[in-house]
Amino acid sequence: MTTITDPPKEQFRLSMLIYDTRYRSMTIQVVALIGFMLLAAWLINNTIQNLTELGKPVEFGFLVEPSSYDINQRLLEYTSRDTHLRASFLGLLNTLVVAVLGCITATVVGVLVGVLRLSNNWLIGRIMTVYVEMFRNVPVLLWIVLAMAILIESLPAPRAFRGEDATATMNLNDTVAVTNRGIYIPEPLFSRSLGDVHIFGQSSLRFDISLDLIAILIVLGASVFAMRRVAARANAVQEATGDRPTIWYIELGILFIPMIALLVALGFHLGYPELKGFNFKGGTHLRNSLIALWLALSLYTAAFIAEIVRGGILAISSGQTEAAAALGLRPGKIMRLVILPQALRVIIPPMISNYLNLTKNSSLAIAVGYMDITGTLGGITMNQTGRELECILMLMLCYLAISLSISAVMNWYNERVKLVER
Amino acid sequence: MSDVSFVRTEMLAEQAPPATSVGVVGWLRANLFSSWLNTILTIISLGFIWYILAGLIPWVFQSVWNANSLTECREIMAATWGKTHGHACWAVINERWLQLLYGFYPPYPITPEVNVGDSTGFLPAYLRPNLAMVLFLVAVAPVLYSDIVPRQLLIVTAAYPFLLPWLMWGGTIWAPIMVAAGLGIGYLGYRFLSPVIGALGGVILAILLPVIWWMFLSGAVAGAIDSVIPIGIAEVESRKFGGLMLAVLLGIVAIGVSLPIGIVLALGRQSDLLIVKGLCVGFIEFIRGVPLITLLFVASTLLNIFMPPGTNFDIILRVMIMMTLFAAAYMAEVIRGGLAALPKGQYEGADSLGLNYWQAQRLIIMPQALKISIPGIVSTFIGIFKDTTLVSIIGLLDPIGLSQGIRSNAAWNGIYWELFAFIALVFFVCCFSMSRYSMYLERKLRTDHR
Amino acid sequence: MKKSVFLGALTIAGLAAGAVAAGTLDDVKARGKLNCGVSTGLVGFAAPDANGEWTGFDVTVCRAVAAAVLNDASAVEFVPTTGKTRFTALASGEVDMLARNTTWTFSRDVDLKFEFVGVNYYDGQGFMVPKDLGVSSAKELDGATVCIQTGTTTELNLADFFRSNNISYEPVPIETNAEAQQQYLAGACDVYTTDASGLAATRATFESPGDHVLLPEIISKEPLGPLVRHGDNEWGDVVRWTLNAMITAEELGVTSANMGELAAGTNNPEINRLLGTEGTLGEMLGLDAEWAQRVLAVGGNYGEIFEKNIGESTPIGLARGLNAQWTDGGLLYSPPFR
Ligand SMILES: N[C@@H](CCC(=O)N[C@@H](CS)C(=O)NCC(=O)O)C(=O)O
Repeated sequence: MTTITDPPKEQFRLSMLIYDTRYRSMTIQVVALIGFMLLAAWLINNTIQNLTELGKPVEFGFLVEPSSYDINQRLLEYTSRDTHLRASFLGLLNTLVVAVLGCITATVVGVLVGVLRLSNNWLIGRIMTVYVEMFRNVPVLLWIVLAMAILIESLPAPRAFRGEDATATMNLNDTVAVTNRGIYIPEPLFSRSLGDVHIFGQSSLRFDISLDLIAILIVLGASVFAMRRVAARANAVQEATGDRPTIWYIELGILFIPMIALLVALGFHLGYPELKGFNFKGGTHLRNSLIALWLALSLYTAAFIAEIVRGGILAISSGQTEAAAALGLRPGKIMRLVILPQALRVIIPPMISNYLNLTKNSSLAIAVGYMDITGTLGGITMNQTGRELECILMLMLCYLAISLSISAVMNWYNERVKLVER
Repeated sequence: MSDVSFVRTEMLAEQAPPATSVGVVGWLRANLFSSWLNTILTIISLGFIWYILAGLIPWVFQSVWNANSLTECREIMAATWGKTHGHACWAVINERWLQLLYGFYPPYPITPEVNVGDSTGFLPAYLRPNLAMVLFLVAVAPVLYSDIVPRQLLIVTAAYPFLLPWLMWGGTIWAPIMVAAGLGIGYLGYRFLSPVIGALGGVILAILLPVIWWMFLSGAVAGAIDSVIPIGIAEVESRKFGGLMLAVLLGIVAIGVSLPIGIVLALGRQSDLLIVKGLCVGFIEFIRGVPLITLLFVASTLLNIFMPPGTNFDIILRVMIMMTLFAAAYMAEVIRGGLAALPKGQYEGADSLGLNYWQAQRLIIMPQALKISIPGIVSTFIGIFKDTTLVSIIGLLDPIGLSQGIRSNAAWNGIYWELFAFIALVFFVCCFSMSRYSMYLERKLRTDHR
Repeated sequence: MKKSVFLGALTIAGLAAGAVAAGTLDDVKARGKLNCGVSTGLVGFAAPDANGEWTGFDVTVCRAVAAAVLNDASAVEFVPTTGKTRFTALASGEVDMLARNTTWTFSRDVDLKFEFVGVNYYDGQGFMVPKDLGVSSAKELDGATVCIQTGTTTELNLADFFRSNNISYEPVPIETNAEAQQQYLAGACDVYTTDASGLAATRATFESPGDHVLLPEIISKEPLGPLVRHGDNEWGDVVRWTLNAMITAEELGVTSANMGELAAGTNNPEINRLLGTEGTLGEMLGLDAEWAQRVLAVGGNYGEIFEKNIGESTPIGLARGLNAQWTDGGLLYSPPFR
């Protein structure tokens, strides 16, 4: 037996930090971390030094001072005596409004255009191509400014509706007024309203929720639930007997009767816009800054979505359709069961990232004076208080929060539809 | 009975297809009037097109080209067509197009004294930005058309980063040369000192020496040489940059500088070093999560505050920095896509050859990954180029910013469509051609892989 | 492309970053150019003419400072700023001074850290409406849509005014005067409100100025004046006394016409001190003895500049009003040159 000598005990040498692969990654990480921290420290140090020199220490106290400015589009009650924080909050809501409206419109238009581009009508296909290329290749800011200019310059001022020799008239049986200050549409009103719930007391984030709306949503939810139950029952009957009972009128009844009853109970009616004094009063006022932004953002994004939809549909090979047809599925079912689920897998992720882009682009509101969060927090508040660092920081955090929530949705979806790889 | 056959034995002569399914008629039937629905759609579309063209064509072509103000334009319109609506006043473009293209960049070719060609001509006026643009095309040609363009042109590519700032901002030629010399110094340091002090020391020196050179020496040396052999062109302040030139410059700088940063970020994001990965992901997601306008706000109000007291970058430089960071995050994602698209075999092949990480990246992975990423890079460029219009919001004079200035001029107050149409057209032409190119590349790459 | 792109940019960065802030006065002298922030275009106050030459009441202040410091009234780089960008431009050092109908307020002075060197126009916020609207008082504006420039004091005054009078309005926030003008003329707002002087200047550029009226209410005090950054008193003094020289010259009867004659020496010691024939005031400022002569050579004394740019003989047609010399019942009162 030969004696087994211990392998020579490894001596730790400094150079092993770099040459030994076991330690190297550690070293790189530590160096990176130190480098990053040095950089951060340097930046922060500079900032503090500069700010003390300017005499503007970082503090957020200004947020609870009265803002002293008015906001034209307010979803919640707000006056110029409310705080900057509340002004920012209203701005955030306005951002969300235009983003949601924009995403919906962009999706509808985008899907329509994407499908029409594949139309076998040559002319339609070409028109849609021109639309897509035109919108994709011109900056969105230009579209926004252009949309605003069109609204202001080509629509009549409220003045034109006045007097004997009015040069403009309201549309749709006097219910809608299209002016160069925006569009006034009828608004839903409840004469026996349930009132609002106020949450968050007197704080800057106080929020009113209309009980009418809640009631409507509850009834709607209940109806949908009942409809599902009815449909499930019908399915069970079909499974058991092979005959499907006719249920469509029951379903319609369940959907509409409670809703109509509720609306009557609440005293639902429409408030129409009316020219009073300088402006139209009553009705809902869609300001032209909102319309311009909404239109431009959604048409711009729709051009991208159209391409995605077209690509998604083209990506599903015609073999899939044929195979499904060979199984005896009818065209509607082929679309619903075979094509769409596959196409959506391709379409949805880029679509969501376009929603993200739209939301971020809504910050260009500032070019047309729409009071979104960039216009309030990053605009007037920043200007009047001179707290650039604080305002921009908060502004970025708000957008980051929105973006991360959208990304979270995207990841969740990707996870759900992920192909199980062999 | 053998000549009785139940099937025809001879072929029938080919018949011409029915007149309605060939030629113009056939095409029309197939593509425009194949069904009721299609017929209706076609008619609606034709109406729509007619409506647009009927308004647009007179506006574009029955227009005023020579006038000094909008009022004058309107007078001419009223005199010629009897109405002032529905006719464009291109006179504003005629008067201001050079401004819209170059901002207030001085038109003289090289120095103010040698003012060949007045400010109305194309050449040799604006020689410097034009030359910078042409050189840019030359510099990217060997990268984009590697199969047609000789590789020797890569010299221009290498020199371009030094040429561009010199051409645009002017000053002594020695400054960019001395900056370039820094790279040489680093290389020499590595070559000759690493045998003496070891590879690691060599690498550290190769980084340290140029940095010391740039920070402390290059300026002085450049100044000294310049005082002996003064070669230089007139300096131009960034303030004068504007118009489309500014948009292109911002785009080129942002994309050019963000490419290496993007590569590093993409590699960092892919690596399994946790901290490095975390930092990269954090940076990328942060930048991609906020709108560009907030970063531009940082450029206009905060960037100087982040720097040591007393530093004062001018606004264009600050915007360039922020746009670069912005582009880098997107670039990183594009390159990550390229890396992910490489078959795993490439990595394994590199490993099996015994290449280390950097060698593998440099020789095998990156060349391929970058090639696949080119269409994505071009798309990013288009995006950035369009996004440069945002700088008008912080008061820089890109085409949109300039158009606001022109409109606030008493002579052109009230003019909208002509300016927007011109700017939109310019952007459209640029972006559309680039996107076509990127599509062409994509197709080419796809066939390459088969 | 190579990593060197980055390095290339870095050097330019280095070159540009080199200038460590010395005193602004030295900076300006070294640069040979004064960077002066003005408005984006307000006829009579600051607007480029057809040849790109800036002229106007505010512009003259910039030119006067350049003349005093650099001996060249044309050595000015005019930087157009909006109500929103002006303070950033000044704070970041992009401009050396602002001469842009900016109201002197407590918070701008104390909190935003700027130094107002004086007042060159005593103003107040007014309202302009189309005549055919039939409005004769701002109190009748209940429910009106109002165009308002963001980032200004007028935005805040407006909110206060309507609130304290218990009437409602719809603000349309706007970035520049030109845009406001466009929206107002298109009828997208009923009223345009800003400094009364700005309204007069804007109205003067309309096709038919007679169709628009300024309402009688002046709802705020807007002392407008040039400003510089806090903490550079030497530079602040130069700008302050340039302005004062123009005002004092009017008070003392020194005009661009008789200046040459008076500069030969008079028996009024204050005129002599102003024009540099006696004492060393220029030197104390870090300038030479003739600095004030150059200031006055730019456009004459305050009264002359006023008359030429915005006075009653111009389309803008502003009366001196509060901006008359204190000796004539106005508020203009320069500290003595002594
Ligand atoms: N005095 C007010 C308002 C100043 C202001 O913005 N004035 C407008 C109109 S009088 C102006 O100069 N506009 C020119 C521009 O938009 O650049 C302030 O200092 O906040």
